[in-house]
Amino acid sequence: MSSEPYVRTEMLSEQPAPLGQTGILRWMRENLFSTIPNAIISTLAFLFVVLILSKLLPWVLQPSWNSESISMCNDDPNITGACWGVIRTRFNQLMFGFYPSELQWRPIVTFIMMLVAIAPVLFDKLPRKMLAFSAIYPFLAVWLLWGGSIWGPIMAFAGFPIGFFANKYLKDVTGELAAMIIAVLATIIWWLYGASLVSGALASVIPLGITAVKSSDFGGLMLSITIGVSGIALSLPIGVVLALGRQSDMFIIKILSVGFIEFIRGVPLITLLFVASVLLNFFLPPGTNFDLILRVIIMVTIFASAYMAEVIRGGLAGLPTGQYEAADALGLDYWQSMRLIIMPQALKISIPGIVGTFIGLFKDTTLVSLIGLLDPVGLIVTIQGTIEWNGIVWELYMFIALMFWVFTFSMSRYSMYLENKLKTTH
Amino acid sequence: MAMADQPAGKSFRLSMLLYDTRYRSITIQVIMMLAFIASLVWLLDNMYTNLAKADKDPDFAFLSSSAGYDINQRLIEYSSQSTHARAWLVGLLNTLLVAFLGCILATVLGVSIGVMRLSKNWIVSRLMTVYVEAFRNVPVLLWIVFAMAIFIEEFPQPREFRGEDAAAAMYFWDSLALTNRGWYIPRPVFNDGSMVVVATFILAFIGTIFFGKWAKVRQETTGVILPTGWIKLAIVAVPTLVVFAFFSFTNGSREYSVVTTALAEGAELSTIDKPKVCVVSDTAQSVVLQELLRATGNKVKVAEFDTEAEARTAYQSGECNTIGVAMADLGSVEGVAATTYTHGNAILLEQPYLDGFNFKGGVHLRNSLIALWLALSLYTAAFIAEAVRAGIMAINKGQSEAAAALGLRQKRVMNLVVLPQALRVIIPPLISQYLNITKNSSLALAVGYMDVTGTLGGITLNQTGRALECILLLMITYLAISLTISTVMNLYNNSVKLKER
Repeated sequence: MSSEPYVRTEMLSEQPAPLGQTGILRWMRENLFSTIPNAIISTLAFLFVVLILSKLLPWVLQPSWNSESISMCNDDPNITGACWGVIRTRFNQLMFGFYPSELQWRPIVTFIMMLVAIAPVLFDKLPRKMLAFSAIYPFLAVWLLWGGSIWGPIMAFAGFPIGFFANKYLKDVTGELAAMIIAVLATIIWWLYGASLVSGALASVIPLGITAVKSSDFGGLMLSITIGVSGIALSLPIGVVLALGRQSDMFIIKILSVGFIEFIRGVPLITLLFVASVLLNFFLPPGTNFDLILRVIIMVTIFASAYMAEVIRGGLAGLPTGQYEAADALGLDYWQSMRLIIMPQALKISIPGIVGTFIGLFKDTTLVSLIGLLDPVGLIVTIQGTIEWNGIVWELYMFIALMFWVFTFSMSRYSMYLENKLKTTH
Repeated sequence: MAMADQPAGKSFRLSMLLYDTRYRSITIQVIMMLAFIASLVWLLDNMYTNLAKADKDPDFAFLSSSAGYDINQRLIEYSSQSTHARAWLVGLLNTLLVAFLGCILATVLGVSIGVMRLSKNWIVSRLMTVYVEAFRNVPVLLWIVFAMAIFIEEFPQPREFRGEDAAAAMYFWDSLALTNRGWYIPRPVFNDGSMVVVATFILAFIGTIFFGKWAKVRQETTGVILPTGWIKLAIVAVPTLVVFAFFSFTNGSREYSVVTTALAEGAELSTIDKPKVCVVSDTAQSVVLQELLRATGNKVKVAEFDTEAEARTAYQSGECNTIGVAMADLGSVEGVAATTYTHGNAILLEQPYLDGFNFKGGVHLRNSLIALWLALSLYTAAFIAEAVRAGIMAINKGQSEAAAALGLRQKRVMNLVVLPQALRVIIPPLISQYLNITKNSSLALAVGYMDVTGTLGGITLNQTGRALECILLLMITYLAISLTISTVMNLYNNSVKLKER
């Protein structure tokens, strides 16, 4: 029937690939030992890792969690390395500074609420109504952290409705531009003079409030987060205005914006903090004296807004010119086109940059230790100065570094996630 | 547009300032300008009122008064009698020093780490990732104080270097001492002819630039590629070494003798009792003579003078008992000629040595400088590494494939095709990192390094109480540095960036 002399009727079973071509062996050959120099480098790098870990791990893994003082660690023959008791006994201080311990739920609640308030900004799948909470959050946070009468924050918040309604009702009477100017002025006057009067009156009638906490008691990670988050949140609108100013056709506005941005970016943050600690009161009406943390927040905001402006300018420059022209073609005026067309897109592409600025600012909050505030770095000296922990060094550094690392690393991962997400949509 | 249906200047009404697009921008600008001036006036008025209350008018006269404090780290002459302005200058130079050193080290580290992060070797690229993530996610201030703590806590005290079985030892043939008071490194001392050596080196270096240009022209006309790297090295090294050897030989042919009054004729140098030597400061003879005497195990006292004649007068008046004299001059000095010696090298190194409980001689690099320098460099290197990685990755893969298809070798592909293009992407972030190093160097405050923030914004401010003036000058100083760096670097950027028509 068949002319072929031999036909295989059954298939050979599959052979496994040669040992060197599969699994870990192949991976190692390709990634670690592809050439002789590569093999030498890999071995050296491996030995380096082993060396570091063999020094570090025995030091880190010590049964010293329960020790109460450094002398307990030194006397205990079982403990030959790190004395982790300092972290346990001083944990509250590293987190909250000298914030009264019975009130420490307040910063915690504030922090959790902050996550809720930020969530709708960061993740666009969440319902937009949550943004209402984000709007009142800053006032709530100030009230919870500093305590005192509730009327102050409420009256400060009232500035927005006042401005909004003034704008709305005056628009028909005086025209748009005048209404806007009057609304802004009304809001500012309310904040400068009205709010304190009304809240003072209300507080004396209905005393509603919680225990006030002094600014000088703030400290630890809480202080870093407070300064960092308020700095970034306040600098965002200022940064937008500055970025628009820098792109403006109007010469004077452009000059003022460029001058401000370049001046702030040209000087180190520490000089601005010096201004906050010794100089800011000079520039305010005689007798004004508000606390150091607020002054620091003001200077940090000014600092961050210059960087923020550059980030947003990058976003504005990244938009195709067609978007600007299309907005003009629709007959939108400048503010409408910015609000409806340009800014939503520009802000979206600058989110990674904004997160980057925030990471930088959050790390830079450690500089406040140089003007005497007790952030985690400032607390190192405080803790080293106590009798129990006199002479402790590495444990504190490692813990604080790890604390910052966790925060900034997760933020940078978030920014990478955003970048990837934005890449696919374009 | 609007011009067409609005006949100009027909009937000007005040409301046109707001609603006419021709005038509106001018109106807004005038209002902004007025608002700006008004707030400036308000701030300045507040300032003057406050200053008048504190009885302190703005006044920069304090700059010319005596500072009254010492600065241990300085590049130029300074004493506590110097003026505040001088202290400001010393601080400024210290800032520039650490910024300059930081930029160099950060660039070297950053470029290597960025390239290694792209390595195909898994463990190397992972290690570099760990490095980058660890360093850039922890505040630089923490790194600086951490580095300082390492130097203070982990390095041996100078006295641990003492004795027969010392707990600590110097490195590199006793030329480098790492102590908890800082690092002691050798100091170059210039001998006769050293200026010629230095001049030869500089001339040869300039020569390599011309050679480079000639080689490029030749390559473009004939296509022959010369091994320029090696030839340039030879152009610099050969003449410099020849001149160095020549002067070392002529110097070495002159013999000197140790002449002393503290030794009997024919006795060993080591039996000398309490040697005190008169030398001319900063000369090769001083270095060699001291080393010679110290090698005998004696504790040597040194009296330094500006000229040879002064040293000899002091020796003759009995201020010291030992002096070095040229063989030809031997008769003119009384005392016993003990040992002859020569000092050959055109440039020789003064080694640091232990004297009592501290090191002397050589150059003392303080902990604060090294800690600040290393911490800033390591921190910024992580950012530069990221910029380098991004720059290399931004180059289209087709570029290196096309280069490979042309037959270029792997190294040439990198040097001729990928890197020149990547450089354009890398330089702008590199500029901002240099600016960051300069600005972050102000954190010197945390470790007590006396940079301009430490002098002008620190002690001068506290002593004179002139916060406004000091901080203003401080800001202007930093602004000037930043603007200078960014101008220079932008010029460089313009020269390498893609020329588009």
